[in-house]
Amino acid sequence: MLVFLSIFPLFVSLYLSLTRLEFVPGGFALRWVGLANYRKLLFGIEREHFLGLLAGPSPVQRVALGVIAIGLVVFLARSLRRPERPLAGLLGRSLWAAAVGAVAWLLARTLLPGGRPGTLVTTLTYVGVGVAVQYGLGLGLAVLCAQQIAGRRFFRVVFLLPMMITPVGIAYTFRILMDLGKGPFAPVWRGLGLAEVSWASDPWGARIAVMIGDVWQWTPFMFVVLLAALESQPPELLEAATVDGADRWQTFWRITWPQIAPVTATLVLIRIIEAFKIVDLPNVLTSGGPGTATESLTLHAFIAWRTLDIGGSAAVAYLLLLVVTLAVLAYLRLVRRRLTEPT
Amino acid sequence: MGRRRRGRIARGLSPWAAALAYLLLGSWTAVVVFPLYWILITSFKLPVQVYAGPVYLPFVDFWPSLHAWRYIVVDLRNDTLRPYVNTVVVSLTSSVLALVLGTAAGYGLLRFRYRPRLGVVLQFVGSALLVGLAVGLNVRWEIAVPAGGGLFLVLWSTTRRRFHRSMANEDIALWMISQRILPPVAVVIPIYVLFQRLGLLDTWVALIVTYTAVNLPIVVWLMRDYFRNISLELEESAAMDGASPFRIFRSIVLPLSAPGLAATFLLVLVFSWNEYLLALILTGANAQTLPLTIAAQNATRGPQWWYMSVLILIMIAPVTGMAIALERFIARGLLVGALKG
Repeated sequence: MLVFLSIFPLFVSLYLSLTRLEFVPGGFALRWVGLANYRKLLFGIEREHFLGLLAGPSPVQRVALGVIAIGLVVFLARSLRRPERPLAGLLGRSLWAAAVGAVAWLLARTLLPGGRPGTLVTTLTYVGVGVAVQYGLGLGLAVLCAQQIAGRRFFRVVFLLPMMITPVGIAYTFRILMDLGKGPFAPVWRGLGLAEVSWASDPWGARIAVMIGDVWQWTPFMFVVLLAALESQPPELLEAATVDGADRWQTFWRITWPQIAPVTATLVLIRIIEAFKIVDLPNVLTSGGPGTATESLTLHAFIAWRTLDIGGSAAVAYLLLLVVTLAVLAYLRLVRRRLTEPT
Repeated sequence: MGRRRRGRIARGLSPWAAALAYLLLGSWTAVVVFPLYWILITSFKLPVQVYAGPVYLPFVDFWPSLHAWRYIVVDLRNDTLRPYVNTVVVSLTSSVLALVLGTAAGYGLLRFRYRPRLGVVLQFVGSALLVGLAVGLNVRWEIAVPAGGGLFLVLWSTTRRRFHRSMANEDIALWMISQRILPPVAVVIPIYVLFQRLGLLDTWVALIVTYTAVNLPIVVWLMRDYFRNISLELEESAAMDGASPFRIFRSIVLPLSAPGLAATFLLVLVFSWNEYLLALILTGANAQTLPLTIAAQNATRGPQWWYMSVLILIMIAPVTGMAIALERFIARGLLVGALKG
């Protein structure tokens, strides 16, 4: 039943992504349109929405892309020199190189002046920045809380609180917190002379607002799991290390880190997957605006779904699935190599 | 007592380090608490006071009013209570289910070898069933049959790799996490159709089954990592003494991974407690959960901040209680670790 729930919808939505909903007398019908929904997103009228406005060629961009291209070629050449690698390995590596190259190309074309990032780049930004900040904060707080200091139980419970609130509730909370006229920081904005400028009308301001909400909400997730991992390591090891004269830094890197590394790998993986699905915050905070600046891929799909463009929605969702799968596979390759090397 | 003191000597902090630690912890506490404080005081404000501009301290800046609380708790008593009960029943049942199934699966994946012959048969039967159901649900058979065949081939080729190297368990685990990758937006429509055909729309069953399926991969993955930290010798010596695998699992593995269990349960509970998108699609008036009630306060007259704040507060309360109870449990993990040695 559980497997059924997860696989059956996959095929139905693949089918949906190839169709178009049309109203016919007495109801609606699904018309088979082949790959038109995808073509529209990648090359047609929806390209600016999905990929973003591409900047024209400029020297900076050429140099950056050139450097990346050279790096990828070197990477491929190195794998060629190893005789034991079979052809399949080379093929796999070329695929990775192509994927990395495509992402670099997209970032360079949209982030440089003249370009405008689409929902794809926006989502990648949310995921990359958000997960990194959350992990850093979560690990730092967990390490602090694992120390023997008074009142740590209080901190632990307080830090868990943001996770308890439903994302919709958090989104509304941040909407009123960030309100420039009626929010609690209104005097601060006025003092800085910013009352007339709204973060909501500046693309990066709005994106940062969304990311702040996301970090506020999800740092506790990192925190609670890392804390549990820290607490279940055997204390004898730590004591032995202290007796042997290791300082705190060494103890952490040599003993604690290897023990929490597997949990870390899983945790970051789960957060990457979840972060790709961010929808409530941008929807409530900014409705994806200004323009489509804060729209994540899931929100893009949701808006398409709301306007009854079910085929288009499923197509966006499938491209999202593709991107997430690539990102997760790349991440797993990276992590697995790191984790298996020392053992 | 003795071991506690030893711990303090081993990892005690110098005064400066302690001050720095408190400073950091304190500033993050402020970041965490301020929005909550704002919700709290907003729930005591009258609409006029919210729209007039920011006021900070009750009794000093403004006179608190019970207007919003009375509206939600007394005037709308039944409309608040019903989603509340729904949320409690659905999230508790689905998290317990996910935890039981996921813990067993996580342990099985880690310690036992997967049997390919039986697996292939099961996969084939499963794929055939899927095709049958899909056709039954009005999907064209020209599409359903190749899709089912493709599914079977994919499953078969991933598990068959066990013959070449012993990665099958890793592959299954990877496959399970991949269920989590799919954005819910992509699957809500088919799931909706599915439950509509089964006549289960707007019921607890639909939500419980969906949430369990959604949360299972997280449980499997997290528990697998906690189990991996448990020493194999302990289990082997128990097996030597004649304990059955089930017994080993119950009386050695489970108690040792109690912190992991507590944290995982909390996570899964919170996920289903707060889920919005699936609940929005799968429920109507009867099985509505609290997140929908909160979102519903964004009426045509603009968001009703005061009602929303009250709802958010009464929604946090039980989960916070649960977190405090389980936090005690997480802290006990240290003691369990000490008992082992």
